[in-house]
Amino acid sequence: MLKIKDLHVKLQDEEKVILKGVDLEVATGQVHAIMGPNGSGKSTLSYVLSGREGYEVTAGSATLQGQDLLVLDPEERAAAGLFLAFQYPVEIPGVGNMVFLRTAVNAQRKARGEDEISATDFLKLVREKAKTLKIDADMLKRPVNVGFSGGEKKRNEILQMAVLEPRMCILDETDSGLDVDAMKLVADGVNALRDAGRSFLVITHYQRLLDHIAPDVVHIMADGRIVRSGGPELALEVEKNGYADILAEVR
Amino acid sequence: MQAVRTAAAARLAEMGWPTRRDEYWRWTDPATFAAEEVPESEAFRVERPIFSGMDKLRLVFTDGVFDAAASDDAALAGVEISRLANAPKWAVDAVGSLEAAGQKPVRRPLAALNTARATDGILVRVTGRATKPLHISYRQSSNTSDAILHHYIKLEPGAELTLLETGTAGARANLVMEVDVGEGARFHHIRPQGRSVGHRVVSAIFARVGAQAVFKSFTLSMNGRLTRNEAMIEIVGDNAVAHIAGAALGDGADDDFHHDDTVFITHGAVGCESRQVFKKVLRHGAVGVFQGKILVRNGAQKTDGYQISQALMLDDSCQFLAKPELEIYADDVKCSHGSTTGAIDETALFYLRSRGVPREEAVALLVLSFLADAIAEIDDETIAADILARLEEWLARHRG
Ligand SMILES: Nc1ncnc2c1ncn2[C@@H]1O[C@H](COP(=O)(O)OP(=O)(O)OP(=O)(O)O)[C@@H](O)[C@H]1O
Ligand SMILES: [Mg+2]
Repeated sequence: MLKIKDLHVKLQDEEKVILKGVDLEVATGQVHAIMGPNGSGKSTLSYVLSGREGYEVTAGSATLQGQDLLVLDPEERAAAGLFLAFQYPVEIPGVGNMVFLRTAVNAQRKARGEDEISATDFLKLVREKAKTLKIDADMLKRPVNVGFSGGEKKRNEILQMAVLEPRMCILDETDSGLDVDAMKLVADGVNALRDAGRSFLVITHYQRLLDHIAPDVVHIMADGRIVRSGGPELALEVEKNGYADILAEVR
Repeated sequence: MQAVRTAAAARLAEMGWPTRRDEYWRWTDPATFAAEEVPESEAFRVERPIFSGMDKLRLVFTDGVFDAAASDDAALAGVEISRLANAPKWAVDAVGSLEAAGQKPVRRPLAALNTARATDGILVRVTGRATKPLHISYRQSSNTSDAILHHYIKLEPGAELTLLETGTAGARANLVMEVDVGEGARFHHIRPQGRSVGHRVVSAIFARVGAQAVFKSFTLSMNGRLTRNEAMIEIVGDNAVAHIAGAALGDGADDDFHHDDTVFITHGAVGCESRQVFKKVLRHGAVGVFQGKILVRNGAQKTDGYQISQALMLDDSCQFLAKPELEIYADDVKCSHGSTTGAIDETALFYLRSRGVPREEAVALLVLSFLADAIAEIDDETIAADILARLEEWLARHRG
């Protein structure tokens, strides 16, 4: 599904290099987790994959189902099936959540040459998905993320993911700031979407989320590289001992 | 009425024509408003009607003259309507009085000119709750028309009226509206200005707002080479509410776009609330001006005054000039103002695009997001929806 090879990224306006040769392959249907110290480049990787401006790829490649991601605009990547649940979801005052969602759904459909979704089908779809995430009608009516609590924002990201049905889902610290119940809701939301044709890349600092969303592979990122990959036991090791041992070993 | 005109002409003669040396004309050149010769402007003829789904009483003015054939019967329960030339008794002393009072502390020569030389106008006295909106519809047919319209709206205590004012009044227009909102009365004014790209308009609202009364005015401007919208609102009774808002979208690629909102709100009573919410979206060298003042008189305690003016620059060729002013002579008041100039928020833009919304569509959504606070000043949902549709049309025409 997602193939990242020797990806080097620097800031566009500064000489700062952030990703220093990332290699990562997520097979179709798999769930991969990325853990790693603050500032190691996890969010940067997710931004570069989804096409945020301000970064310059100096070497390497990233493809989604064989398609070169790096030449596409962010909206084209979305239409190709990529989704990023933001670490810090953005507030958009004055634009209703429903309007935002419908605009996104229809834009993606249009890009894929499909018909627009009917208003009633859309309403039904959103209501159904919102219900399982315990997002109430009032939240759907409010402007995008405005006045939402931290946990509500994260749940709203998962709602967008559920409605847009992407093939490759990147979740950047979706568990941060969630209480135990909300974490369970989010994990259930993710698990409900898991299927043979969909892959996940879950960035997290905590083993707890991975208890709910059992990953196939766990990667450790440090200083702009994947320094270690392994099974779910790797997350347990980090939880118990921190990164010191792993980093010392790599050095 | 002749006496009213003569007195206004005398006021004008005494204060003289406005020039760029005047404190409030530094950023907008008044020359073409005062010039004898009307600068040509081609009439925009295919404007889609707005508010067409609403039941309303429509009065049409073509090139500054009442057009009876195109207008509805001026019959509406609780509302007396007459033309400026046929002023009824109540209006004889009223017309021009708010304009004259509004000449202090800042002179408004173009408004005095209007009173002196008005080509036409309507006089409205509202005695009850109007069952439908009154719609003043302007049309321009001549490329050199010079419309000088003077309206006077009087709301008796407890009366209610929604006034819709639409279209381009002339190649050049000078529009004055005096509004006397009596005790407990409610006045809503919605003004989508016309689409002729080259027209020039100077407008002035002189309002007096009584106790417990509500005055709300919203203006949408999307075209026009030169627009100066002034509002002088004097709150004279306790616990009154006065809101004035505007959304202006200008694309200098169509023609020059210079848009100026100049507002002066005076709090002269206790416990009143005022709002000034002005937003401008500028492209291709468009220029926006905002001059807004809140004056709180001695004794106007518990005043709640707020003013915000913001510009969204869609490129870096534009200019926004803002002069927010507070002048407060009471000690127990809550007043604030803010003014910002900014570009499209790149983070929000990326967020939308990452959800599959193409760049141009995402920019359009963010423009609507920027304007939302101003649109929210429109109470009526149907009216707000029509205004939103106009905005969306503009955005669709000005992509890329
Ligand atoms: N636009 C930017 N300008 C300056 N520095 C940046 C920018 N983007 C990223 N960085 C820097 O790059 C490094 C990696 O940041 P990134 O946000 O990718 O880390 P992270 O692994 O997601 O960290 P965290 O776990 O705290 O979320 C940090 O040192 C950060 O300060
Ligand atoms: Mg991060």
